[in-house]
Amino acid sequence: MYPPNFDYVAPTSLDEALAALAGAENTKVLSGGMSLIPLMKMRFVRPTTVVDISRIPGLDDVTDDGDHITIGAMVRHATTASHPLVQEHASALAEAANGTADLLVRNRGTTCGSLALNAVAADQPGAALALNATMHAASVRGTREIAAADFFLDAMTSALAPDEILTKITIPKGGVSTYRKLGRRGGSSDYPIAAAAVWVDVSDGSVSDARIALNGVSSTPYLAVGSAEALVGSDGSADAIASAASHATDGVNVLEDLYATVAFRTHLAGVYVRRALEDVLA
Amino acid sequence: MEVSITVNGAKHSSEVEPRLLLVHYLREVLGLTGTHVGCDTGYCGACTVIVDGIPIKSCSMLTVQADGCEVRTVEGVANGPELHPVQEGFWECHGLQCGFCTPGMIMSSVALLERNANPSETEIRQGIEGNLCRCTGYHNIVKSVQYAGAKMRGEDPKGASSEVAS
Ligand SMILES: Cc1cc2nc3c(=O)[nH]c(=O)nc-3n(C[C@H](O)[C@H](O)[C@H](O)COP(=O)(O)OP(=O)(O)OC[C@H]3O[C@@H](n4cnc5c(N)ncnc54)[C@H](O)[C@@H]3O)c2cc1C
Ligand code: FES
Ligand code: FES
Repeated sequence: MYPPNFDYVAPTSLDEALAALAGAENTKVLSGGMSLIPLMKMRFVRPTTVVDISRIPGLDDVTDDGDHITIGAMVRHATTASHPLVQEHASALAEAANGTADLLVRNRGTTCGSLALNAVAADQPGAALALNATMHAASVRGTREIAAADFFLDAMTSALAPDEILTKITIPKGGVSTYRKLGRRGGSSDYPIAAAAVWVDVSDGSVSDARIALNGVSSTPYLAVGSAEALVGSDGSADAIASAASHATDGVNVLEDLYATVAFRTHLAGVYVRRALEDVLA
Repeated sequence: MEVSITVNGAKHSSEVEPRLLLVHYLREVLGLTGTHVGCDTGYCGACTVIVDGIPIKSCSMLTVQADGCEVRTVEGVANGPELHPVQEGFWECHGLQCGFCTPGMIMSSVALLERNANPSETEIRQGIEGNLCRCTGYHNIVKSVQYAGAKMRGEDPKGASSEVAS
């Protein structure tokens, strides 16, 4: 199945790529292509110009920058999953990347592409929320930073403008995090039916800060504020975890689809929050 | 667009449309029909080829994205008439039935053994995670890769594959 015709440019500098995006109507950024190319083949999206950013040098690094780590636009899922810096400082994201799709897709798809697309149930957006990642967007108008909490607007919709490139994300160091999912095929591969990414900071035996994100549960990933409130200030005991888990879907429109009813998915959301919290508070 | 791609060691320069998928370039422009199209959606892995050392799904990559790259397909793994150890393993251990998934399975297995000379059974199953087989139940595919790994390490391949519980 061929995608419809389009013009293709593969700039070798960010400025050229931004100019190409600004200079034409109906453009799309191409990074890993693991969603864009299937979507174009199915005619769900029909860009007239595709701007391939994979030939721009310097976008494929994971770096240690003091109080945060940086993941560039062309860092593939396979690298995010296995990179020691991500594993040490953002383990929820490493685990989410490792559970994304299959090995062959992880060899091409990028973490930033997955965040930019915000596909329903995608793995890494939940982890980016829990880790309080900052999105760095560039366009011909300049650069801006977008907090993860303001980035995932709705199914297949992020806060990026059509002419913006997500050039990198930064993740603050500190705390501990993990990601737990129930995949559609039972294991960890493939999109989740429900998943929880949790981040906690513990000092003097009590939980001083927490962020609990769920993906696959609603049309876009979200922070379960009630769950975090139930946990912060507690000793992280089984009771505190159970209380946090009971607020996993407060105020949320829970999805119903082929894989789960609303009631089952609501149940799963609590189970995966509990399991993830048991893991980081053990 | 003009692209220059090395396939199985031979350099090709071709004029292609940006929308031409790598799998169609290999099959229809170069006539290398060993690489199969199974699902055409990115799920099955029948179209797996190795690009710059990394196994990928060629139905989900544009030919223009492979400009300047080195591509290996199933046609390029044998050494003349001598089968690659992975091909020999599939032959010896009955690693295929209909054979449709086999080119992709072989390319994922070749790439796996190049980065991990002695994979465990779990690592082999993870290495072919992106390749679906409708016939074999994977069991004999795992044996085939164990056979190949042993042969490539200079061990007795027949001993290696019989260790898999059947
Ligand atoms: C078989 C298969 C199984 C999959 N399973 C899963 C799964 O289990 N879990 C999961 O989360 N995902 C899954 N995916 C999706 C996969 O993770 C994609 O890699 C990801 O959604 C998109 O990343 P990409 O780099 O391939 O982006 P592309 O496909 O290149 O682009 C996707 C979209 O994002 C935009 N975009 C990409 N990069 C940028 C950027 N830097 N700045 C601005 N816009 C950008 C593009 O314009 C496009 O609209 C699967 C895909 C396949 C083919
Ligand atoms: S044909 Fe490419 S993944 Fe199925
Ligand atoms: S042998 Fe038939 S699909 Fe694998």
